[in-house]
Amino acid sequence: MAHVQYLKIEGRSIGFLALLALLGALIAAGLGSALYMEHNGHWVTGMNNQVIWGIPHVFAVFLIVAASGALNVASIASVFNRQLYKPLARLSGLLAITLLAGGLAVLVLDLGRPERLIVAMSYYNFKSIFAWNIFLYTGFFAIVAVYLWMMFERRFNDYTKSVGMLAFLWRLTLTTGTGSIFGFLVARDAYDSALYAPMFIIMSFAYGLAIFVLVLFAATRWTGRPLGDVMVARLKNLLGVFVASVLYFVVAYHLTNLYMTGKHDVERFILLDGGVYTRLFWIGQILIGGVIPLVLLYSKLGRSRAMIALAAILVVVGGLAQMYVTIVGGQAFPISLFPGKEIINSSFYDGVVGKYTPSLPELLLGIGGIGLALGMTTFAIKVLPFLPQSLADADVDPHHKAA
Amino acid sequence: MSMNRRQFLGLSGAAVAAATLAPGLRLIELAQARSPEEATTSLHRWGLLIDSSKCADGCTSCVSACADENGIQSHSRPATDAQWIRKVTLKDKQSGHVQTLPLMCQHCAEPPCVDVCPTGASFKRADGIVLVDKHICIGCRYCMMACPYKARSFIHEVTTGQKAHAPRGKGTVESCTLCVHKVDRGDGSTACADACKKEGHQAILFGDLKDPASEISKRLASQPSTQLRADLKLNTGVRYQGI
Repeated sequence: MAHVQYLKIEGRSIGFLALLALLGALIAAGLGSALYMEHNGHWVTGMNNQVIWGIPHVFAVFLIVAASGALNVASIASVFNRQLYKPLARLSGLLAITLLAGGLAVLVLDLGRPERLIVAMSYYNFKSIFAWNIFLYTGFFAIVAVYLWMMFERRFNDYTKSVGMLAFLWRLTLTTGTGSIFGFLVARDAYDSALYAPMFIIMSFAYGLAIFVLVLFAATRWTGRPLGDVMVARLKNLLGVFVASVLYFVVAYHLTNLYMTGKHDVERFILLDGGVYTRLFWIGQILIGGVIPLVLLYSKLGRSRAMIALAAILVVVGGLAQMYVTIVGGQAFPISLFPGKEIINSSFYDGVVGKYTPSLPELLLGIGGIGLALGMTTFAIKVLPFLPQSLADADVDPHHKAA
Repeated sequence: MSMNRRQFLGLSGAAVAAATLAPGLRLIELAQARSPEEATTSLHRWGLLIDSSKCADGCTSCVSACADENGIQSHSRPATDAQWIRKVTLKDKQSGHVQTLPLMCQHCAEPPCVDVCPTGASFKRADGIVLVDKHICIGCRYCMMACPYKARSFIHEVTTGQKAHAPRGKGTVESCTLCVHKVDRGDGSTACADACKKEGHQAILFGDLKDPASEISKRLASQPSTQLRADLKLNTGVRYQGI
């Protein structure tokens, strides 16, 4: 394989500026929403004392999970030594950083007291998974930054493998930490399962790769850089494997719960009569996020790049639905305070399904996080050579023979 | 009297040292008398014993007494208003038996809210009272996710009418303090227990679980009682009878 040439994008076209303006507007809307919510207090949102983490958490956790998954492409290149993926490694590392930044921004801006971030960075309770995560997130930024440096600086290229290994192990730990936020909660029936950690890892593979594919398609197309079928076919098959694996974990999680009589009520709620949560589970998470992408990727439709892109978009949409069902649905199901008894009256909504309707500011804050991640990515590929000049078959595949 | 520079500096130094040390010495003396700065001790464990059979249906005196005592005001938005104590009516799924009881922070010996709090704002005092330090709470609400009793409230809007002994703040989380200010003052009771007694129900008893001579310990030793969600093994400071 010829040495990979990376080039900054020119970034002077109307299209590029329009894209930056659009993403900037999303960021501004998100910031404005956060300011509005913090100024008035959270009563102006859909959240309440029953559903305390709303749609901002859905976006934040999705982005954080996707961030660690976006690094996979680089890991495949440097840890598992697959040469084909090497030209994509820089973009992979970049997306890992920007998606995490977007997710964390949403998470922090939804805090009751976001201005106390410095408190969170200076007072630690080391039994808290949140406290571990503060180290895991900041450490991830640092390690991936060094990883990118090793890739960029030719003198240090030899260290890419060892730093890549560290980054890979770190990202597995990071997603374990994110999944365990829910997995370690004994109070709520929908959580309290060790499966959350591995399930979040496999979800990160799917979400991260879906976003990576979309960004790669857009970046190569809008800059007129060639992207060969060999690369596209590999990414397509990989995405399919990840989506199928997510479905497997979801089945394992629900089957485990269905076997335990004590969890029947929460399973009935999610799978059968939970209203919006049941619909989001079957239509959003399973159909849109799993079954349809698999059909698109593995049938003849998968020969079309538009269909692959559609599948990736559906994985993202399905992933957000999965997060909504997990985070909001898991809280909406009432806590079991008095096993064996029914709560027939309470001023604090005990024993009834928690009500939650996302408000516009919350939604804008969440979307602002996506805007921030993509805006940072767009800016970065203009100022630094993240994108390879060509991903044509002949340039990436040493065994490629021109037809 | 004449003084050269060296003598002057020496005397000044001694004066500064005396001024610095004197209040410290004074503080130690004060601390020997019971002061607010005195650390709480694990020789006590404060708790409540609630007898559901004595709790009257429709009576909410404990709830309003708590609100008055701690300056909790409703914004007429029940979904986001803070509730430190609430009345809950239960019906047994098998027998149909109906009962009512007050529910609040259970002041666990192993509180999940303290485990999950990233900054340590959620903490347990040596005497078993579980509190939130409003100065370092960042409002992440993870404690609310973790509490099996749904005992905590997030402050969704600006608070007014605060009491000096119960500071509250928008964007932080709070819950029953077991009237910690009354405990520290040596009142030997909580607002809810006082109110219940005044109504003549006596369904709520406050006391020291570690003092074998206290009424609460005697009753717990001689009569059956339960912990809510005893399966979680949190060793709650609030115990119930009649459920």
